[in-house]
Amino acid sequence: MNLEVFLFFVFGIIAAVTAVLMITRRNPVISALFLILNFAALAGLYITLNAQFIAVTQIIVYAGAIMILFLFVLMLLRPDNQKKLFELNPKTKIFAMIIAFVVFVQLVYMIFFAGPSANITQDVSKSVEAGTIESIGRELFTNYIVPFEAAGFLLLAATIGALVLAKKKFD
Amino acid sequence: MFNNYQEFWNLLPMIIIGAGIIISLIIEMYSKKSEVILPWFSILLFLAAGLHALFYIGDISIVLQNMLATGGNVNIFHAIFTLGAAVVTLLSIDYLKKYGIYFREYYIILQTSVLGMMLMAAAKDILVIFLGLELMSISFYILAGMNRKRLNANEASLKYFLLGAFATGFIVYGIALIYGAAHTTSIDFITSDFNLLSGNLLFVAGVLLFLIGFSFKIAAFPFHMWVPDVYEGAPTSVAALFSTGGKAAAFSAIIATLFALFNNGGQGNFFTPFLAVISVLSMFYGSIVAIAQDNIKRMLAYSSISHAGYLIIGLAAGNYDAVAGVIFYLAAYTFMNLGAFGMVALIEGKDETNLSINSYSGLGSKKPLLAALLALLMFSLAGIPPFAGFFGKYYIFIAAIKANLTWLAILGVISSAISVYFYIRIVVLMYFKTSDTEIGFEESNNYMLAIILSVLIVVLMGVFPGSFIDLVTKFI
Repeated sequence: MNLEVFLFFVFGIIAAVTAVLMITRRNPVISALFLILNFAALAGLYITLNAQFIAVTQIIVYAGAIMILFLFVLMLLRPDNQKKLFELNPKTKIFAMIIAFVVFVQLVYMIFFAGPSANITQDVSKSVEAGTIESIGRELFTNYIVPFEAAGFLLLAATIGALVLAKKKFD
Repeated sequence: MFNNYQEFWNLLPMIIIGAGIIISLIIEMYSKKSEVILPWFSILLFLAAGLHALFYIGDISIVLQNMLATGGNVNIFHAIFTLGAAVVTLLSIDYLKKYGIYFREYYIILQTSVLGMMLMAAAKDILVIFLGLELMSISFYILAGMNRKRLNANEASLKYFLLGAFATGFIVYGIALIYGAAHTTSIDFITSDFNLLSGNLLFVAGVLLFLIGFSFKIAAFPFHMWVPDVYEGAPTSVAALFSTGGKAAAFSAIIATLFALFNNGGQGNFFTPFLAVISVLSMFYGSIVAIAQDNIKRMLAYSSISHAGYLIIGLAAGNYDAVAGVIFYLAAYTFMNLGAFGMVALIEGKDETNLSINSYSGLGSKKPLLAALLALLMFSLAGIPPFAGFFGKYYIFIAAIKANLTWLAILGVISSAISVYFYIRIVVLMYFKTSDTEIGFEESNNYMLAIILSVLIVVLMGVFPGSFIDLVTKFI
């Protein structure tokens, strides 16, 4: 068993266990914390697959930004409302179970029965190369320079707007 | 990166605005007189970018790795956005003072919204359209809520944000499906393979979602719910920008993305019935509900819904005449609506008084010049010759008849006949009714300059429609 396989098992087990823990906790804040752990384990899995950029964005965007927002919302709600929020009525429960089952069947089919797709014939080393930060950076600053700059202005406008609309007092 | 100096030169209108945003931020931070400097600096930027776009209209090129187009109709759109924004800035100077709105970031956000519009018009890749749309929309949400002290401004901003985010969701799903079917986001590829892709269910669903998302942005019928409340709650100068620049930008993106719709010479395509239904509903809904409005800002909001309907006739007709007609109509509509909103902003008193249409009664004898200008703008909006509004409708209806959509053109004519009622009602109130109460408002040179500029463009486009339409047709 080499290191790669060993790491895969470690991160895989952490991801699976935290996912189960997340959906079984009654306190939503603890659920959210387990979800963060789950994201971190997934990021580890991406690194073993040589997709460093996705791993880093997984940590920064999901674990960093989105989950913090989640936690803020949960903590702003009062504790007695939290329980109500997560008490599902039977109909919703059945609906949720059906959707989960369909997704599960799809995944099982894709992994065990569908076989490799005809589209995945590219050289493996090429796709590994595409996942590195270096190649993504090169693409961003050459072919995608216009979207990159536009996104910069978008963030600038959003930052100014947040300040204007939320600032307490004007001089 | 730029391959040569010419590419940089062709792209200069956008670079001017982009650099201007950064310089404006620095001015705002370090200058004590930014209240005076910023508006005039913005106007200077807008005029420089707009005039550059108009003078170098022939420099057609595709720059920066097939991401942006320059020259031709792209430059006409740039000129519409920037000159329109210059008029809006002129209107804003005294309007912001009247309401005591915090001014500094206002002008910077105005510039970012214009940059977003220009990106949408120039885009050669759906990714750029999306980023431009978001840049414009986020700036709009902020501008709508700029008057923080008023409750209805906050409501307008939040409502616009929630529904706008919902519409963006549609557009992103549409783009994802289009990408899934075409394996690219490049617009040229989608245009050349359009007929082949039209057989693909994923692609058709993607384009429909894309159109639905944009229907929110152009305020077409089933997706118009936000329009009256947002226009009423937002500062009037900002509502002027929403209804003109925002609409023109959304149409420029639809025309660019779905240009293949126009390649069949109006022989009908898969999307024609969908567009025809939306246009009929928007025209009639807007015209009929506007009759019942007492608040002039709400009336203009419903009229903007019906104008969106006329413009969609052009998309449904789907030939090159229709594209030229839509661009002409957008230019005409931008300036006549800016003039009308400018007049509302001028006459509007502090604390949202003088907004009822009855407060306009007797204006003809008290302020003859203002009344004459407003009457002219109302005639143009109603589509009475010889003003620009008439020729916009004329070109679009002719294009619809050429595309064998005569029934749609006839419905358009009926709807504009209905709309004459509520536009002319204001003229009648001004000239044939007297009121005892004095309406108090302060005239200022900035307002007058903005209104006279827009009226001038409306009259010029009405007197010489041929030269403008020839210019547009040349570049299709």
